[in-house]
Amino acid sequence: MGAYILKRLVSAIPVLFGITVIVFLIMALIPGDPATAILGAYATPENVERLNRHLGLDRPLWQQYFVWVGNLVQGDFGRSFALNRPVLDEILDRFSATLVLAGTAFVLCALLGIVAGVVSAARQYGLADKAITAAVILGISVPSFFLGMMMILLFAVHLRWLPVSGMYSMFGGGDLPDLIRHLAMPAIALSLVATGVVARLTRANMLEVLRQDFIRTARAKGVHERRVIWGHALRAAMVSVIPILGLQAGFVLSGAVYIEIVFQWPGIGRMLVDAILKRDILLVQGGVVFVAACYVGFNILVDVAQAWLDPRIKT
Amino acid sequence: MRLFLRLLFRNRLAGFGAVVLSVIVVLALVTPLLPLHPPNATDTANRFLRPLSEGHLLGTDHLGRDLLSRLLWGTRLSLAVGFAAAMIAAVIGATIGIVAGYAGGRTDNVTMRGVDMLMAFPYILLALAIVAALGPGLMNALIAVAVVNIPFFARNIRGVTVGLAHREFVDAARLSGMGHTRILLTEVLPNVVPVIVIAMSTTVGWMILETAGLSFLGLGSQPPQADLGSMLGEARGALITAPHTSIVPGVMILLIVMSINLLGDGVRDALDPRLRSGALARPMAATLVDRREPPPATPDDKSLLRIDGLRTEFRMGRRTAVAVGGVDLALAPGECVGLIGESGCGKSVAALSVMGLVASPPGVIAGGAVRLDGEDLVGAPYRRLRALRGNRVAYIFQDPLSTLHPLYTVGDQLAEAIRVHHPVSRGEAHARAVKLLEDVRIPNPASRAGAFPHELSGGMRQRVGIAMALANDPDIIIADEPTTALDVTVQAQVLKLLADLGRSRGLAILFITHDFGVVAQLCDRVAVMYAGRIVEEGPTAAVLTAPAHPYTARLIACVPELGGGRRRLEAIPGLPPAADDLPDGCAFAPRCAKVRPDCREGDVALEGTARKVRCLYPEPAERAAE
Amino acid sequence: MTLALRTEGLACRFPIGKRLIGPPRAVLHAVHPTDLAVETGETLGIVGESGCGKSTLARMLVGLQPPTEGIVEIEGERLGRADPATFGRRIQYVFQDPVSSLNPRKTIRQILEVPLIRLHGMGRAARARRIAEIFDAVNLRPEFLDRYPHEFSGGQAQRIGIARALAANARILILDEPVSALDVSVQAQVLNLLADLKAEFGLTYLFISHDLAVVEAVSDRIAVLYFGAVVEQGPADRVFSAPRHPYTQLLAESAPKVGRALGGGTSGELPDPLSPPPGCAFASRCPRASDRCRREMPLLRVIDGEQLAACHHPL
Repeated sequence: MGAYILKRLVSAIPVLFGITVIVFLIMALIPGDPATAILGAYATPENVERLNRHLGLDRPLWQQYFVWVGNLVQGDFGRSFALNRPVLDEILDRFSATLVLAGTAFVLCALLGIVAGVVSAARQYGLADKAITAAVILGISVPSFFLGMMMILLFAVHLRWLPVSGMYSMFGGGDLPDLIRHLAMPAIALSLVATGVVARLTRANMLEVLRQDFIRTARAKGVHERRVIWGHALRAAMVSVIPILGLQAGFVLSGAVYIEIVFQWPGIGRMLVDAILKRDILLVQGGVVFVAACYVGFNILVDVAQAWLDPRIKT
Repeated sequence: MRLFLRLLFRNRLAGFGAVVLSVIVVLALVTPLLPLHPPNATDTANRFLRPLSEGHLLGTDHLGRDLLSRLLWGTRLSLAVGFAAAMIAAVIGATIGIVAGYAGGRTDNVTMRGVDMLMAFPYILLALAIVAALGPGLMNALIAVAVVNIPFFARNIRGVTVGLAHREFVDAARLSGMGHTRILLTEVLPNVVPVIVIAMSTTVGWMILETAGLSFLGLGSQPPQADLGSMLGEARGALITAPHTSIVPGVMILLIVMSINLLGDGVRDALDPRLRSGALARPMAATLVDRREPPPATPDDKSLLRIDGLRTEFRMGRRTAVAVGGVDLALAPGECVGLIGESGCGKSVAALSVMGLVASPPGVIAGGAVRLDGEDLVGAPYRRLRALRGNRVAYIFQDPLSTLHPLYTVGDQLAEAIRVHHPVSRGEAHARAVKLLEDVRIPNPASRAGAFPHELSGGMRQRVGIAMALANDPDIIIADEPTTALDVTVQAQVLKLLADLGRSRGLAILFITHDFGVVAQLCDRVAVMYAGRIVEEGPTAAVLTAPAHPYTARLIACVPELGGGRRRLEAIPGLPPAADDLPDGCAFAPRCAKVRPDCREGDVALEGTARKVRCLYPEPAERAAE
Repeated sequence: MTLALRTEGLACRFPIGKRLIGPPRAVLHAVHPTDLAVETGETLGIVGESGCGKSTLARMLVGLQPPTEGIVEIEGERLGRADPATFGRRIQYVFQDPVSSLNPRKTIRQILEVPLIRLHGMGRAARARRIAEIFDAVNLRPEFLDRYPHEFSGGQAQRIGIARALAANARILILDEPVSALDVSVQAQVLNLLADLKAEFGLTYLFISHDLAVVEAVSDRIAVLYFGAVVEQGPADRVFSAPRHPYTQLLAESAPKVGRALGGGTSGELPDPLSPPPGCAFASRCPRASDRCRREMPLLRVIDGEQLAACHHPL
């Protein structure tokens, strides 16, 4: 197992390298130069040139890339001109908020999705299956931002159960119950789509597995049906469900962008959209690389979980 | 194509989706012709008019623009952009996937590494980065969404292509003189197209959502032009005061995406041949029983297991295939009975029916009885069946790789079999499992108990299968072609083991096979099955040396036997009848050389006591007496 | 008699666990250097258990698998690494799985026309005539020509596979387990058809199977493969009735036969193909094995007249 984890970690290095190349190349496509963007249209040519030299933009592209990556590795993501603070500080602040939101949503979608999928498959064509299937279709068809807005209308404006937006109350908040009250709506809105996807794919995989010969063997042994479903079948289905969970983590992170905007959650998605609209290139660059790197790390965890479950992978 | 449409509309939800979607698409197409307000004409005096206001059916937005008009123009835009993105992603992604999958080797490796790199981003990050570089705008959002979805298509299509490229018909095409390009276009591509269509139909909805999302963030369509996403984005500021401005575009997105998803599911189901045959139904814990009344019990029956008039059907929609059409068979304690026949004759189904293990749906036990020590098991409650399964009646199945659970060690699987029926500790069960492995002569049983099935050879795996059947000292073992998947030398080892164990433990064995040689070496009695019924039964030696039924006789004659030398074989003309289309009278009549008109009329009974035969004109008695 | 097919030192090795740089982790010897000779009009049977390399050998003979080393000579012409199309005019292949060897999206006519167009450049009328002729030869009704493969039973599909091989007008056919997927009653029909075609068109067969009785019934000579090498070769009526190699004897005794007690060895399986023993691959299962067998690999040599065996201590 240790060897496998090490192998997976080593194989992540070229991926991280590739990510920085892709991000760098995309950003290099941007017309005009950042110096003008920073200094404004009325800057003198001398000032623009000085800043360009200061930022290293007068050098060839590949040199710029290595300077940038070299800085990244040392934890220097540059400085956001719009916020006038180090990019990394801003990213870390914002990412922790996103992590709370996306992490909660991910756990919700994994648990609910798998349970719903298994129940749905075990009761194929039954009432529970039909109800779950209908909910799933609705779930994967509704845009999460629209769902979030409707939830605000219902639960915050009409019923006044939950706060409209934000992460903590302006006054007297900051404790855990306060966070949970603020978290409830965005987390549920965010997890709903992913729950639907996980549920329907779990159902499909369970149906596939339940037709396998080894399920018949388990039944022929006299294993109780409950254990056949939740033990033998689910374990085998998890081999296909775990990679789906890995993908869903990406979808949850992506959906977080919309949800953060709708619920004014101080996360990294909102930061990125603001940065794009303000053309704060370094912040966009740094934010994208940081989140992508975290996602790569998460996928290593997924692979390790997969290898732990399925002994055939390591060989 | 007609079949496809029929299958599609048989699925009512898909039909509903198709109708809703076509209404929306038609509306979007005719929008320029409709008498609508100009979508971008502002009228600040009439802002936030409620729906059903005069002149504005759906009301107006924050600039007093007509919502209905904006909705239809926006729908038009969203649909166009979503479909365009899907097309671009599908074409580019599928091309990459097909080429990489067919070329294999280095091309495949390099391409797929690149694709994986793109997939290492949560999709929106990549889309945001692309929009950041190209600048906000609908066209750029389209490009971003298409690019982000290319890896999905490439991966999917590559997987399918790799499978196809190794199929034998591709080899055959190469030997027929086709070049690689031609093979790719005429052999591979037609088989990939359905997969592309499925992938597209299940992702178009998703791509419409994504483009709407980018517009919602203000990164897609720019004012005053509006698609559904940007309408929703602009309306967000007035969510509380004028919720209808949000609800109108939101519901439209929901409708579009939902109808596409429903339709997409229908398309997938109609194009996927596995679903077409209805094979994706999950088998239930025990076979369904639909029986009028059990046949009367045989008085003072001494047999351990007696199958009486067993009838098992496969009910698929309107078609009913009779897999087992009235089988009678008895098994005495310690006896080994062979059940022999060609594939599709119903021998396995008959064997699985004993413990209700026939996959159901579509399997149904429609008649007869299975009596274990006089107790009828057909229709017995699940609890009772479960208590007997693996305990008094155990099974050994054909392919030991697929019949053992791939993710549990063989020791755990054996221990589970014990603990299901005996309340022993984990340690005790494990110790017994190791003992069982030793009994089936697996070397190093203690360390092999920790092995997973894929780490063992085929012969070893089947020994594990036998050990599992022996776990609870059953009275009966039902072995369903246990050595068919094995090589001859290993088959000989496994058969010998089974024969020794059966004898030493006094087991009754029902041995299902298609091989006369195996039956001859192992079984005391043999029953020959054809088209769902037993046509001949008797002591093995008698049946094999002097078959009474013409089918048995001809089947034995057409199997070459080692030591027979070079010769022409006595083939049986024609094919066995299909189980859903059995002929009247004797099922073998259409292939029989001795057939007479009365063979085709009325049922032929299985007659005799020790030697039974289902034939009006059995082979001459003097030969049978030999 | 002329030679239809000859190989000299034909071998195939697969690298296992390729690395980016440097040699692979291990090399799998699928087929050890093999010399074979098939005379025109003869049927050479090749027998072996799974994993003995018989399919790899067959694929090399038709150019579908490039050999690692050695020579393939067909009708006197060397065709080492030529394109399969060059092979196709002289030698054809009949596949084990009749259904998967036919493209599910083409009609039978389309499938049969390919070799006529690609290999022989025939015109439309000539093609129609030739196809009708071949279809008649394999006893299929002409109306089947415009149907799709899934409409046929295994036996019919195998006849179509044979028809395709005949359409290429090759005089040598490699039959790779042509009846293994078929039921016994249909198997006999196909075997008899093959015998008739051979007589009618003067064909040469290389018949590969794991079923000893079938091979014995159709072959003039038989070669026995074990662990990637020919261990015994001789006339069909001698190989199994008077085997010289202990493995052949084990095979013959293991084959289930009416009127004989259960036979065969009690234990032993193939050695690990990734770390083959230095000497005879059968030594660990052989009752006659000596130290020499474990040290030194025996070569195929004449034992008695036409019977060859690769054994230090032949029977």
